[in-house]
Amino acid sequence: MPEISELTIGDVIAEKNFNLDRDSLVRYAGASGDFNPIHYRDDIAAGVGLPGVLAHGMLTMGLSIDPVVSWLGDAGKILEYGVRFTKPVVVPAKGRAVITVIAKVAELDSEAKKARIDLQTSFDGNNVLGKSQVWVQL
Amino acid sequence: MVNPNIQGKRYPRSAAYLVGREKIREFARATFASEESIDLAAAKASGHSDLVAPPTFPIVLQEFGLKLVIADPEAGLDFSRVVHGEQKFVFQRPIVAGDLLTSELSVASVKSLGGNHMVVFDTEIFDDSNSLVCTAISTLVVRGEDA
Repeated sequence: MPEISELTIGDVIAEKNFNLDRDSLVRYAGASGDFNPIHYRDDIAAGVGLPGVLAHGMLTMGLSIDPVVSWLGDAGKILEYGVRFTKPVVVPAKGRAVITVIAKVAELDSEAKKARIDLQTSFDGNNVLGKSQVWVQL
Repeated sequence: MVNPNIQGKRYPRSAAYLVGREKIREFARATFASEESIDLAAAKASGHSDLVAPPTFPIVLQEFGLKLVIADPEAGLDFSRVVHGEQKFVFQRPIVAGDLLTSELSVASVKSLGGNHMVVFDTEIFDDSNSLVCTAISTLVVRGEDA
């Protein structure tokens, strides 16, 4: 469990890559119950004008917080987590999409022992989430 | 697109949802969570009665409410034109396996923005003693006919 007194604003607390392939999307569809076919069928994705099959935004949001949970060692310390979906993640039929998450300390409240961690989630050189902020109890 | 008059509308409480330990593991693995985060002994060592659900797990309960909106003729929500704009979860306490939860969705706001509608839904999630556990706030963008 990290100590708030040891943290400084700007500290990178975690950085991790995630490899998404079509199997990942099917697994997330099953686990979440979101079976929108734009997340697994090329013809339907193309039919509604998308650049390809997209990862569920909620999958990107879900994996982006994993480095923070691992750092805390307890998912129960997450108080609040919000994101804005800014760009889609296109997942090819063959191969994979690599998503990079960097988590940084953005705000510290020593009295309440709370910290805000900001996440930068990027794919193909672009941020795919905006205003991605997590409040944690330390 | 969507009927602006549904602003403030509250949909009926969902049926009770029992949070299963293996459902938590399934959801956690699907969102690339570490095996440590779904280790029962570790969860108990942290003071929890069972496994803690991943932070985005309440989306499963939010879906129950959204299905009611989609099926509501008054709302007139064309789901094929919907894009997920924003999502937030605010926890009063963590969700753990064994929780018996219900959820209730209300329409916080409907706004027009450049030919699109932005609809904000608040889903309150309660435990079986009717205490608020989590609020899920979702902003959906409903694209206009020309967008």
